[in-house]
Amino acid sequence: MLSVRGLTTEYAGRGGTVRAVADVSFDVPRGRFFTLLGPSGCGKTTTLRSIAGLERPAAGEISVESTVVFSAARGVFVPANRRGFGVVFQSYAIWPHMNVFRNVAFPLVAGPRRMSRAEVRDRVLRVLKTVALDDLADRDATKLSGGQQQRLALARALVMEPKLLLLDEPLSNLDAKLRERMRFELKRLQRELRVTTVYVTHDQSEALALSHEIGVMSGGRLVQVGTPRSIYARPANPFVADFVGTTNFLRGEVRGFDADGARVRVESEIGSVAATPSEDLGVGDRVVLTARPEDVELAETPLAGVNAWPGSVEQKVYLGESIDFRVRVCDRVLLARAHPRLATKIGEPLHVRIAPESLLALKSDGG
Amino acid sequence: MRALVVGVSIALVAWLALVPLGFMLWQSAHAPAGAAEATRFTLDHYRAAYSSRDTAWLLGNSLQFAAGAALVAFTLGTLLAFVNERTDAPFKRLFFALSLVPLVIPGVLFVVAWMLLGSPRIGLVNVALRALFGTDHVFVNVYTLAGMAFVDGLHYSPMAFLMMSAAFRAMDPALEEAALTSGASLRAVFAQITFRLAWPAAFATILILFVRALESFEVPALLGLPGGIPVLTSAIFAAVHRYPANVGLASAYAVALLAIASAGLWFQSRLLARGERHATVTGKGFRARPIELGRWRMPVATLCIVYFLLLIGLPFLVLLWSSFQTFYAVPSRAALAHLTLEPYRFVLGFPAIARATLNSVVLAIGTATVIMLLTAVVCWVVVRTRGRGRALVDQMASLPMVVPGLVVGLALMVFYLHVDIGVYGTLWILLIAYVTRFLPYGMRYNAASMLGIHRELEESAATSGASWWATFRHIVLPLLAPGLVAGWLYIVIVSIRELSSSILLYGPRTEVLSIVIFEMWENGQYVELSALGVLMIGALLALALVAQRLTGRLGVGAA
Repeated sequence: MLSVRGLTTEYAGRGGTVRAVADVSFDVPRGRFFTLLGPSGCGKTTTLRSIAGLERPAAGEISVESTVVFSAARGVFVPANRRGFGVVFQSYAIWPHMNVFRNVAFPLVAGPRRMSRAEVRDRVLRVLKTVALDDLADRDATKLSGGQQQRLALARALVMEPKLLLLDEPLSNLDAKLRERMRFELKRLQRELRVTTVYVTHDQSEALALSHEIGVMSGGRLVQVGTPRSIYARPANPFVADFVGTTNFLRGEVRGFDADGARVRVESEIGSVAATPSEDLGVGDRVVLTARPEDVELAETPLAGVNAWPGSVEQKVYLGESIDFRVRVCDRVLLARAHPRLATKIGEPLHVRIAPESLLALKSDGG
Repeated sequence: MRALVVGVSIALVAWLALVPLGFMLWQSAHAPAGAAEATRFTLDHYRAAYSSRDTAWLLGNSLQFAAGAALVAFTLGTLLAFVNERTDAPFKRLFFALSLVPLVIPGVLFVVAWMLLGSPRIGLVNVALRALFGTDHVFVNVYTLAGMAFVDGLHYSPMAFLMMSAAFRAMDPALEEAALTSGASLRAVFAQITFRLAWPAAFATILILFVRALESFEVPALLGLPGGIPVLTSAIFAAVHRYPANVGLASAYAVALLAIASAGLWFQSRLLARGERHATVTGKGFRARPIELGRWRMPVATLCIVYFLLLIGLPFLVLLWSSFQTFYAVPSRAALAHLTLEPYRFVLGFPAIARATLNSVVLAIGTATVIMLLTAVVCWVVVRTRGRGRALVDQMASLPMVVPGLVVGLALMVFYLHVDIGVYGTLWILLIAYVTRFLPYGMRYNAASMLGIHRELEESAATSGASWWATFRHIVLPLLAPGLVAGWLYIVIVSIRELSSSILLYGPRTEVLSIVIFEMWENGQYVELSALGVLMIGALLALALVAQRLTGRLGVGAA
């Protein structure tokens, strides 16, 4: 449905042009929720703005349902006000001089197509009902709470019944509790309306909770595209592993593979371990081993099997629903998340085990 | 549509800001075309202007006058600002409101009032002090360099007050509190922290005041010329107003004025840029705890009241007194018996005054409307677009800031006499002059509100399908409204006050109010002038009050 090919943007910076986005390509099938995830400055917002037509890329092609809205090669650039995409901005961009109704009605009356007054009213009220703002239609837009403003921005983006909905960190201005509620709300709406959606965020839990598919960006490049589960459980490189969720890193070198290639033997900082290879690795390659804290098993009695070590508690943080242990193994400290009933004291021995299928060997980025 | 609107606006600004000034510079280095010869390059005007010993004297006068006026204004304004911002002196709100009044009073009226107060023979201050001490000593004389500097400085001290109040307010009180908790005495804190931090702002304020005094016309014309103390502005005026007019000489003087003014403002902007490095603005909501004056509270308040008496009370009262006389007379029991409404009857019945009032109102409204709409578009270009030319556009629209009103008048006069498109001698040339002069004010008001409009408010209109023009009309202009209205009213007020460029451009049927007052002064019609002045001050004050109310309310309405 949405297809982005070789998208590259440049802007004039000090000492020549700077590439904000470099050769980004991805597809979003109809009705799917696609999230661009990455730290600030990674180019995700620039990518979204390029799709919206607010930014003119230097190279690449963007098309929606076989309609090309941008193509550097063919010199096509459809301006933002002719693309007909719904956009929700980070600041919500609610017009303070209009009430709720007029804010939502604006896309219907501003564009070139004319609509009867009754039809405008009908559609505005319908979309306000979807976001549960229908009883506030006459309220001043500035008199809304944060969550209501957010829903108003969404209603305004949806009222044109756009082919594509673009959201730029829409939840980042809300407090934690409200953010969680709006996350569910947004997911429900998107799944009900089946509107193709591109969502930008730096919050990995938001991305994991909402998306059909996630594209992780770093330094202007798309480094991995996949389902939330695969991004979390099978990160393609150390950056993704580190950025999405918390993780333990161990350095090592590949020593050999077992018969079917499903396991790799790595000589690491805490000795010889069995791990799952993530990509084409060869003997002698330098790798980074990653394991999620919740995949690090803890026990006060010795654990059997492979990848098991004795250790001792260095520090612990009680979080209510869980407890985080920092366990010293050899010369390294591993972070492990356990059920809060585990009450080993600091300095006492604790045994650690990581199942080979939870320990990923990723090719080292160098260094 | 966007290209058309933006293109036309920028072209208009360029035309207004650059063309007449450029022409005047060219003109100042050329001999006028005679019947026998074409115009040719010459430095004769410069030679005439700068070789005579009189010119050194003229420049000296100008610099002394400007420096004196700047110091008077700065000292008075800063003291009041300090008292108002940092102490617990009483009546602070009243002082603040009063300090805005002189900004509304036309300079020419203020100067005439001070003539009636401070002239050596009939000046009320002298008369009163003589009666008190039983001598015939001349206590004050406004027809001296010191007197001129005092009157001009006094009139513009509220400008210093506003600028220094802002500087004191922008200071983070934590910086002072840190010094206090380090064990410094209150005096040491002020000497080593407060005034050191305020120093860049103070110096920038002094420079602005200096440049403004240099460009001042009313005091040099009304006090300096009769007193035999010409400065650059009055020399330009005299060179144009004598017969035959020597425009080349006037232009040569104008170039000197322009050079000094640009140097001052350039230096000032560099100073401000440097000041930003150790910016004192932190945006914290805390206000410094006011200093308790204790037993000094009443003396300080009294001093402030004396200041406002000199600034507003006495000038207005003397105008009021004089406006009820048939011929101007010093207040006495005898004069009290001859009170009359005759001057008011004259002012209200005189057709030339009615015409001038209409001209002033039409010009003020026209100027304010044109400027605010024009600068709304130009500011959009400057703030929103990323093209390389936008800085140039900004500088172009701010250029008239550097150009003294008299020079604007001179440049337009010279230009439209040569390029005859039928505006010379009409209201149009006055409109062009006012729009040129006050363009930077419009830029400042609009730029401030434009910066306050989040870019995404416009982008969301674009993604909603609105064209540039629709976005500009339905989103940008309504959001600019509070700034537009405030700027519009401010420009109306300064347009009605305007004298220094009008004086070279008005024609037989295009007098404005300030010109009528100036002419009445030339004719010695003091009582009629006073009546007109009283009416004018009343109307302008009412307008200013409405302005404040309106902007206050609109300011609340918009986010």
